[in-house]
Amino acid sequence: MTETNRRLLSGNEAVALAALHAGVALGTGYPGTPATEILEEFSALGGRAQWAPNEKVAAEVALGVAFAGARALVTMKHVGLNVAADLLFTAAYTGCDGALVFVSADDPGMASSQNEQDSRRYALAAGVPMLEPADAQEAYDFTAAAIELSERWKIPVLLRMVTRVCHSKELVSSRALTQAATAPHFDHAYKVRVMIPAYARPAHRRLRAKLAEMAVWNEQCDLNRIIGGDRSLGIVTSSAAYLHAREAEPTASFLKLGLTYPLPIEKIRAFAATVKRCLVIEEGDPYLTEAIRAAGIPVETKPEMYRFGELNVARVRRILAGDTSPEPPPVPGKPPQLCAGCWYEHTFDVLKKLDCLVSGDIGCYTLGALSPWEVMDSVVCMGASIGVGLGLRHVLPPELAQRVVSVIGDSTFVHSGMAGLAEMVYNPPPTGHVVVILDNSATAMTGFQEHAGTGRTLDHEPTGKISFEDLGRALGIKNVFVVDPSRNTEPFEHLLKDCLTNNQLNLIILRRPCMLIAGKVKGYEKAAAQSCSPVKAE
Amino acid sequence: MKVTNIIITGLGGQGVLTAAGIVADVAFRCGFEVKQSELHGLSQRGGSVTSDVRFGREVFSPMVPSGEADFLVVVAPDQMEVNRPQLRAGGVLIAPEAIDITKLTNRKSFNVALLGVLSRQLDIPETVWLDAIRAAFPEKLHAANLQAFNHGRKGA
Repeated sequence: MTETNRRLLSGNEAVALAALHAGVALGTGYPGTPATEILEEFSALGGRAQWAPNEKVAAEVALGVAFAGARALVTMKHVGLNVAADLLFTAAYTGCDGALVFVSADDPGMASSQNEQDSRRYALAAGVPMLEPADAQEAYDFTAAAIELSERWKIPVLLRMVTRVCHSKELVSSRALTQAATAPHFDHAYKVRVMIPAYARPAHRRLRAKLAEMAVWNEQCDLNRIIGGDRSLGIVTSSAAYLHAREAEPTASFLKLGLTYPLPIEKIRAFAATVKRCLVIEEGDPYLTEAIRAAGIPVETKPEMYRFGELNVARVRRILAGDTSPEPPPVPGKPPQLCAGCWYEHTFDVLKKLDCLVSGDIGCYTLGALSPWEVMDSVVCMGASIGVGLGLRHVLPPELAQRVVSVIGDSTFVHSGMAGLAEMVYNPPPTGHVVVILDNSATAMTGFQEHAGTGRTLDHEPTGKISFEDLGRALGIKNVFVVDPSRNTEPFEHLLKDCLTNNQLNLIILRRPCMLIAGKVKGYEKAAAQSCSPVKAE
Repeated sequence: MKVTNIIITGLGGQGVLTAAGIVADVAFRCGFEVKQSELHGLSQRGGSVTSDVRFGREVFSPMVPSGEADFLVVVAPDQMEVNRPQLRAGGVLIAPEAIDITKLTNRKSFNVALLGVLSRQLDIPETVWLDAIRAAFPEKLHAANLQAFNHGRKGA
């Protein structure tokens, strides 16, 4: 019996609900707009969810779950997939017993990201099947389908979202997803899971055989739909671009693709042959276009100017009309800014006053790049502040090198700053270096998620906690300082001034919880103390 | 049936997304297909926030096409001029001046007061609005938000 239930859900909420209904045993990931809410919602619904230090670790944990025959979901934003990519490429070889679904959310237009990479290329490069939901209903349906495909073909599946799918709400019908998960178990399948060359060579052949089989299966798969219409125009499309195209040209014929790797090339060929003009409408890179043209199917595609930014109904109309005239400027948004009273302001003042060359990182403090401070000299990717700072110190003349400081937040430090510290200890620049951790005790920018440095789980329950100062000392950094940055900036200013030029390795931890969560943190601590007290009393 | 296009705009922390959620819920309760689109993330840091709500018999894109909004609800004055081109010819602007904030029990309910003004323009029973508002807030905030809505709807 199938229970039907319609609710207004975002794409992220729909993924979480499907994961729950499909019996996902563990959801893991790292916060990142626009994908953050998936795990939070999965947890709120009663699923087992946890934040990992970074996406690669999350993917490793998820693969272990899938090796044990259970169902795993691992969530991240697009740039997080870069971090997890090392695992993805080889997990494609090992495959999995249970389900392993990677949810990666691209951010065309960069509403909240440092690049607008098109992660569909990963499916092709790693050789993993990919589903592209267009809306929240498909986010639900395709999550369920991804789990089924992953178990059927014993292969990781990429569910590729985009910001508009993650954050748009619509009515979603849910249903009982009946296929029961097998009980976790362990097989000594080392010839399948130990990727030494002797075992990896046949594994690569197995992967290509699976993909060839899936490509044939995909030709008849109902995840790709034809919406019949006027034969004078056929549109091949996927993801949110489908919705804009459907609205812009409702009378056209559509081939709406859902499983976009491996592509149903013969279905596309047949569709193209039935229409007079065949046009590919896709957001981002010409991923579909290139594959379709490589198969010898003549299709039109969008002009290069539409590679940049999100598509919408107006832009699709322009593409249909071949209009390459300059576009009207988008509505100018008011840029984000630091919350009034944030202690980062004082930190930026000091960095500016000391004329530092700041190798920055990803978080609220990235806003220090904007007026009135403009103190960030580079921000590239998670954790890069430390390595980039070291590189600058290595080659700049001493008078410049001694102005270089790496600035990184607490969550970003946990994500990928620790290896940077190891590098600093191992390859110290002649002038030493200064790393400043801005520890506001939260992954603040994405909405105050916990991490391994806060000592609380995703659900804000007490757990193990990393001490950055102990870690720094354990790595062999002799000058480790913890400073409260909230009121008087003089101690920090004097300390930083000294550290910049002392030709030693220095780790300064500025620690003060973000004022927006200070109250909540007290609540968590109080709840933890209460729940612990009976145990302690025994 | 034509799709109704509503854009709500303001700054982070002003309840733009909450207001849009209420409108979407109202449309859902009336049996319409509804889509709501929003951008957040960096907007948590006081940047501009805009949410589109579209409802009707069949809705495709979650975003209101530029220049096709039937209603533009502006919560922050400085977001008015930049978003005005989103309105279609003859579209209705609901500006922050429509509400005297001093008349509200709780100033934070300003977003809901503007929904009261919007509600005058839509052929939807008042009870549906009240139910959606109750569903959107914890019980202790019901009185203030219902007062704000009522003030916006009736000037009371």
